[in-house]
Amino acid sequence: MDMPSSFSLFRRTKALETEIDQFLDKISQASLLFKRAIQIYTESGCTEEFDEKLHQVNQLESTADHLRRAIETQLYTQTLIPESRGDVLGLLENLDSVINDLEGALWGFSIEIPVIPEDYRADYVALTDMVVQAVESLVLASRAFFRNIEAVPDHNHKVMFYEKEADRVSTKLKKAIFRSDLPLSQKAQLRNFVEHIDNVADKSEDVADRLAIYTIKRTV
Amino acid sequence: MEITILFFLTSGLFLGWALGANDAANVFGTAVGTRMVQFTTAAMICGVFVILGAVFSGAGTTETLGKLGSVNALGGSFMAAFSAALAVYMMTKLGLPVSTTQSIVGSIIGWNLFSQTQTDTTSLLKILATWVVSPILAAIIAIVLFKLVAVFLRHAKIHLLRTDAYTRAGLLLAGAFGSYSLGANNIANVVGVFIPASPFTDFHFTDLLTFTSTQQLMLLGGFAIAVGVFTYSKRVMLTVGGGLLSLSPIAAWVVVTSHSIVLFLFASKGLEHFLATNGLPTIPLVPVSSSQAVVGAIIGIGILKGGRGIRWRVLGGIGAGWVMTPLLAGLICFVGLFFLQNVFDQKVYRPVPYELSEPAIERMEKLGVAVGNFRDLHSRRFETAIAIRDALKERTGLSDEDLVTILDAAELDLMVVDATGIDSLEKSRLTDGQVQALRSLAGERYPHRWMLADALARISEEWRPREKNKINKIYNVDLKARLAVVFRTFRADQ
Repeated sequence: MDMPSSFSLFRRTKALETEIDQFLDKISQASLLFKRAIQIYTESGCTEEFDEKLHQVNQLESTADHLRRAIETQLYTQTLIPESRGDVLGLLENLDSVINDLEGALWGFSIEIPVIPEDYRADYVALTDMVVQAVESLVLASRAFFRNIEAVPDHNHKVMFYEKEADRVSTKLKKAIFRSDLPLSQKAQLRNFVEHIDNVADKSEDVADRLAIYTIKRTV
Repeated sequence: MEITILFFLTSGLFLGWALGANDAANVFGTAVGTRMVQFTTAAMICGVFVILGAVFSGAGTTETLGKLGSVNALGGSFMAAFSAALAVYMMTKLGLPVSTTQSIVGSIIGWNLFSQTQTDTTSLLKILATWVVSPILAAIIAIVLFKLVAVFLRHAKIHLLRTDAYTRAGLLLAGAFGSYSLGANNIANVVGVFIPASPFTDFHFTDLLTFTSTQQLMLLGGFAIAVGVFTYSKRVMLTVGGGLLSLSPIAAWVVVTSHSIVLFLFASKGLEHFLATNGLPTIPLVPVSSSQAVVGAIIGIGILKGGRGIRWRVLGGIGAGWVMTPLLAGLICFVGLFFLQNVFDQKVYRPVPYELSEPAIERMEKLGVAVGNFRDLHSRRFETAIAIRDALKERTGLSDEDLVTILDAAELDLMVVDATGIDSLEKSRLTDGQVQALRSLAGERYPHRWMLADALARISEEWRPREKNKINKIYNVDLKARLAVVFRTFRADQ
């Protein structure tokens, strides 16, 4: 659509809106791929399909990084949203660290190739499911922050809920691991992987907490 | 002569500069204070629109003299403009938004006291009313507007970035309009007095396009205001935009828009005329001022948010500044006039004598004044307004209004209708019929100026004021402005 140059302000705004949406899409996609990757790993180990998922998450992470930098640069060079600029910056960087954690956990599997006994596989998948739900809710809450501030709490409380659920599953899983007859080294390794996954939910909760404050700031 | 006028003009330009430095904050203060618009962008837009407003709308009544027009000698106008500017400059240095108009009224009162001219008490009451009425009206409108905007935003669900872009555009638009009317409304005060003595000549670009000497003078005045905006307005902008209360960008827009709404609804003669001619109820015109309205709107937002964020010390300072401005201007003017007259030997006022002459008494009687009360004073002459007022003070049965009527009728202001004067008026905004009427009076002399007005009204319909009502208000004010030009042209004692 051709617009006169006097509307360039609005055109730039539209482009930036799209970039923010794309950034949030990347995080959501990365979490869904993460879920698939863990499923694949628990079912068939470190297969080619798993590596492919890891590769996809890896690419999403670097695209998200590029997008984040571009958004931040534009916000500052065009002195947009002076009041919420710092908050938006904080939000984007924290969301970026969520995707980093997802990627880090998958790299862990790829490098250490832990052997997960049959008994625990279902719990690993259940834990992953909770974590991914938390990330998904966080992405929705973040979208609402930009488009419909009043809806932020509706999504935020779900992040808290899934984080609690993830904690519950991870505690149960860790207890089961350490009460088993496995060698201590394997117990420690399995515990590390539980924590790798659970960390993502914790990080999501931290971001949600900040988001709640940013929301209060904007509605006062 | 030219050099003197140019010298006197400098005080008008100083006033323009002070006006720009202080009043730009009313239209762009909140935008700059919330960092939504950069200072240089704001100053650029403000400067351009002030100049446009001054040149194109300031000439609405080209004959307009502004408030300083009541000062009857150029030396006096110089000092009045200078002291008003100095008072505003001092307030600007303190970062306080004040009203330039009130500063001018203050300095005119100083001149009145010095020249022993009667001061119109209503102008004083008007200032007092402005301090209370403007902020209250603006606060109410700001609260209502903010609530409406909040409801709208809740339902519209606009993206944060888009809200930001719209707010920014809204602030720029409101600022540009505000700057335009700032230039249009205030240019008369800056250079109005100098229009009759303009050192410029008309430029003709083609047969169609003429750049009159008045417009050139207004352009110069507009530049003075723009320079004030660029060089010195940031401080007051920051007080308005954040010193008094930390504002969100949307609140910033609400503030500047409410201030414009207040000025439009309660001070616009054009709106009153429009409503009256369409048979709609009119909104009573009340004395409102831009600076007071902006501060009121900010306080309104502050109250809406529970009042915790308002910095009362800053507000107290601003209030003190409002009171100080006219007082300071009056004082500086009075002292300045003393020096200008006694040390620099300049004429700072033309003495206005009064005589209870036969025609004057007749006029008073016609206007309902009980002239029997001062029959012994008939045909006596008084050298100043104060003298005649004192002589009449003890008489019973004379109201304040009667006193105004008597002073008006008795003022001696010799009018000599001469051909050169009529020729010079041909180029002004007078109609052919009006000039015709003047021609038929060529050679006549009138001791009181109202006698010339009466004579003109007898000859021509076009010089007759219409019945007093809201519809005819603008017509009558315009007629008065034209008469003022005629009086200035034919005044014998220049």
